[in-house]
Amino acid sequence: MAMEKVELNVVYERPESLTTTTTHYCPGCTHGTAHRLVAEVLDEMGIREKAIGVAPVGCSVFAYDYFNHDFVEAAHGRAPAMATGIKRVRPENTVYTYQGDGDLASIGMAEIIHAAIRGENITVIFINNAIYGMTGGQMAPTTLPGMKTTSSPLGRDVEVSGYPIRMAEMLSTIDGASYVVRQSLHDAAHIRKSKKAIRRAFEVQEHGLGFAIVELLSSCPTNWGITPAEALHFVRDKMVPYFPLDDYKVIPEVAKLKV
Amino acid sequence: MEKSIIISGFGGQGTLFAGQVLAYAALDAGKHVTWIPSYGPEMRGGTARCTVTISDEEIGSPLTRNPSAVIAMNLPSLDRYERLMQPGGLMLANASLINREMDRTDVRGIYIPAARMAEAIGNPRLTNMIMVGALLASEKILPLDVVKKSLKEHLPARHQKTLPLNFEAMDQGAAFVKDAVVA
Amino acid sequence: MAKELLKGNEAFAEAAVRAGVEGFFGYPITPASEFLEYMAKRMPALGRAFLQAESEIAAIHMVYGAACAGKRTLTATSGPGVSLMSEALSYIAGTEVPAVVVNVMRGGPGLGNIAPSQSDYNQMVKGGGHGDYYPIVLAPATVQEAIDYITLAFDLADKYLSLVYIVVDGNLGQMMEPAELPPMRELRKVPPEWAVSGAKDRDPNILTSIYIDPPDEEVTNIRLLKRWLEVEKNEIRYKEYELDDADIAVISFGVAGRVCLSAVKTAREEGVKVGLFRPITLAPFPRQAIEDLSKRVKRILVVEMNSGMMLQDVKQAVAGRVPIEYYGRMGGVTPFPEEVLDEIRRVNENDEEIPDGMERVQWLERLEERIARGE
Ligand SMILES: Cc1ncc(C[n+]2csc(CCOP(=O)(O)OP(=O)(O)O)c2C)c(N)n1
Ligand code: SF4
Ligand SMILES: [Mg+2]
Repeated sequence: MAMEKVELNVVYERPESLTTTTTHYCPGCTHGTAHRLVAEVLDEMGIREKAIGVAPVGCSVFAYDYFNHDFVEAAHGRAPAMATGIKRVRPENTVYTYQGDGDLASIGMAEIIHAAIRGENITVIFINNAIYGMTGGQMAPTTLPGMKTTSSPLGRDVEVSGYPIRMAEMLSTIDGASYVVRQSLHDAAHIRKSKKAIRRAFEVQEHGLGFAIVELLSSCPTNWGITPAEALHFVRDKMVPYFPLDDYKVIPEVAKLKV
Repeated sequence: MEKSIIISGFGGQGTLFAGQVLAYAALDAGKHVTWIPSYGPEMRGGTARCTVTISDEEIGSPLTRNPSAVIAMNLPSLDRYERLMQPGGLMLANASLINREMDRTDVRGIYIPAARMAEAIGNPRLTNMIMVGALLASEKILPLDVVKKSLKEHLPARHQKTLPLNFEAMDQGAAFVKDAVVA
Repeated sequence: MAKELLKGNEAFAEAAVRAGVEGFFGYPITPASEFLEYMAKRMPALGRAFLQAESEIAAIHMVYGAACAGKRTLTATSGPGVSLMSEALSYIAGTEVPAVVVNVMRGGPGLGNIAPSQSDYNQMVKGGGHGDYYPIVLAPATVQEAIDYITLAFDLADKYLSLVYIVVDGNLGQMMEPAELPPMRELRKVPPEWAVSGAKDRDPNILTSIYIDPPDEEVTNIRLLKRWLEVEKNEIRYKEYELDDADIAVISFGVAGRVCLSAVKTAREEGVKVGLFRPITLAPFPRQAIEDLSKRVKRILVVEMNSGMMLQDVKQAVAGRVPIEYYGRMGGVTPFPEEVLDEIRRVNENDEEIPDGMERVQWLERLEERIARGE
C-alpha cells in the first residue's frame, strides 16, 4: 500500500526569542501575550542577538527568564534610565524596557518623561493593567475612578487620589517622542494591532528615529478579583473608554516606515 | 509544655484558617501562642502553610525546624515533614490525597480520609476542620470544646451559620481517631 | 483592655493610629504593604490623612511636610524604600523635626527578596542619609513589644526632635500573637511652638536644614550631638534572660533574639549555663551593659540575620575581654532554634581564643557545611 502523502503546515511555533520556561503569570494574565508579541517581532526583524531587555519591578520582574536574549533588571521605575545608560554606550544594540503602570507611571514617572524628552533611541513596552499586580493589588496611577483595590478599599476617590493618568496622551506632547501609541490586548483583532505597533516601535529604534512607546491595556484577573474572560471584558468595556486606543504621535519619518 | 504544630497543604485547603482556629482557642485558654504563615515565593508554588506554637511560657521562636505535630493536607507536605518531625511526634495525614505510608517508625502516623469525610458531611472545605478535630483527639493540646467555643466567638457574623457543620466536622475527625489503629 | 490575637503589621498600624498619627504617607512594598492597606481603611474613617504617594521619595517628603506642620506622622516601608528615602531622612534630621519610620526588613542587597531579614542594620543604625546625625532605632521582637515601642517612638521623636526608626522583619509583620493595644490618645490640640501653623500673633517660624555659614551649621551639629548624648544617657533599652549565672551570653535582637531564646531554654534544660541579652535600642546601643556583661561571662555568641553587622558594635563594647563567636543566616533565611542550639552546645565546648576577624571566617565555614547538608 502506498503511503499517503501528508503535507504539514506549521501554524504555530515558539518564537526563538522566547525560552521554554513556563511563566509564573496567573491564568488569563495578558503579560504572556505581550511577551509573545515582542518575541515574534524580535524574531521577524532578526534582531534577537543584539536585543537587550530591561526588566522592571512588577509581575514581569522575571521577564528575563522567558526571553531568550540578554536582559538586565532595573530598580523599581528606573528602567528607562538604565536603558539610556546601555544605549548610550552600545548604540549598535536594540534596547527596550518592559514596564508596568506602577513602575512607569508612578515611581518611575521622572525617568520615563526624561527619556522621552531626550528623544532617547529606545523602545518602551508599557503594560497598563490599572493595578499593582505584584504586590497584591494596590491602587496604581492608572486605576479607574471608583475601582476598588487593597489601598483604595472604598474605590478610588479622585478627590483624594486624583485621576488616572493617560500616559500616551501626555508623552505625545513631548517634542522628543517620535512614536507614541496605545493599543489593547483584550481580543485577537487588537492583539494583531498591538503587534503592529510593537513592530513599528522597534523599527523606529532600528532607524535611529528616537523614543518610541507602546502602551498596552492589559488584564489582571487575580487582583481585579474576576475571571480571565470577565477581565478581558473589563478591559474592553471599562478601560478602553477611559484610555482610548490611538496613534497619539507619529512623526513624519516614522509614518514613512514600512511595517 | 510547648507544642509546635505545622499545618501544611495547597492554597485553598484552609490550612491558615485551621491554624488560626487553634491560635484563638489557645488565647482563650490563657496560653501563650504564635501563629505564623509562610509567605513569599513559596506561596507562588501553591503551598500554604502555618506554624502554631502553644506554650505555658513566653514563646521564643515562632518557627521550628522539627515540629511536634504536623497536619499534612497533601503529599508534598508529608514528604517534607516526615523527615523533620521530632521523634515521637504526630503526623496526621489527609489520606484522601496521600497514597503512601511513612517510612519513619519513631513517629506516630494517623491517616484520615478527611476530604472524603468532608464531602460526606456536605462540603469538601471542611477537610481542615476534620483534621483539627483529629489533632485535638490525639494530642493533648487543647480540649475540643474550648476550641469550639472560641471558634463560635471569633467567627465573623456572616459565617456563623457554618458553625454546626464545622462542629460536626471536628467531632467526626475526633471520633475517627478514637477508633483508628495507631501506626 | 484584654489581649487579642493581633496580626503584626495591622497591630503596628493601629498602634500608630492610637498614638495620635494624623498623617500616613506610604508606597506599597512587600512585606510592609499590609501596614499601608490597614491605614487606607482606618485613617480616612477617622478623618485623618492617608495618601499612597507616587514613590517612597514622595512619601517621606510628605512625612517631612506633615512633621514640619507639627503633626504626628509616619511611613512604613522595607529596605528598598528606605534607600529611596535617605535624602529626606537627612533633611528631617537636619531640620530637627520628629518623624517615625517603620522598616519591615527583607533580604538584600538590590531587589533581593521579600523574606525576613536583618540586613538593614547598618542602613538604619549607622544613618543612611548624608551628614552628621543620629537616628534612634528600636528593634522589638514580639507583636506586643512592637505596639509598645511604636507608641514610645512618637514620644521619643517629639522629646528629642528626632527621627525614630522601628525595625522589624517580615516574620513579625506576618505573624499573629496575643497582644494588647493601648487606648486611643487624644490628638494634639495646640501645635508645638516650632511648627509651621500660621504666624498669627507670633513671629514667623522657619523650618529648614540649610546653614550656609559653616559656624552656624557647626552650632546645629553641636545641638544635634548634645541631644543625642541625652538620648544615649536616658533611652537605652534591652532585655536579659537567664544571665545571672551564665558562662555564655548569646546576644541577638529582634526575631533572631526570639529564636535564640528558644535555644537558650533548651540548652538550660541540658545544663548549659547560657543566657540571652536582647538589645531593644540598636541606637543608642547598650554598650555599657554589654561591657559589663563581658566581665561576667566566659564567652559570647552573637546571632543575627545578616553578615554580622551588630557583631561589630558588640566587639567594640567587649574590647577583646572574652572570645566572641558569630552565627548568622543571610539572604532572607530565618535560623531555626535547633541551629542556634547546635551553636550554643559547640560554643560551650570551645575554649579556644578567636583571633580578631576570624569569628566570621569560622562561621562561614560552619554555615557552608550546614547548607551543604541541606539545612
Ligand atoms: C523602591 C521599591 N518600592 C516598592 C517596591 C515594591 N513593588 C514591587 S512591584 C511594585 C508595583 C508593581 O506594579 P506594576 O508596575 O503596575 O506592575 P504589575 O505587577 O502590575 O505588572 C511595587 C510597588 C519595590 N520593589 N521597590
Ligand atoms: S497578578 Fe495580575 S498582572 Fe500579575 S501575573 Fe497575576 S494576573 Fe498577571
Ligand atoms: Mg500594573
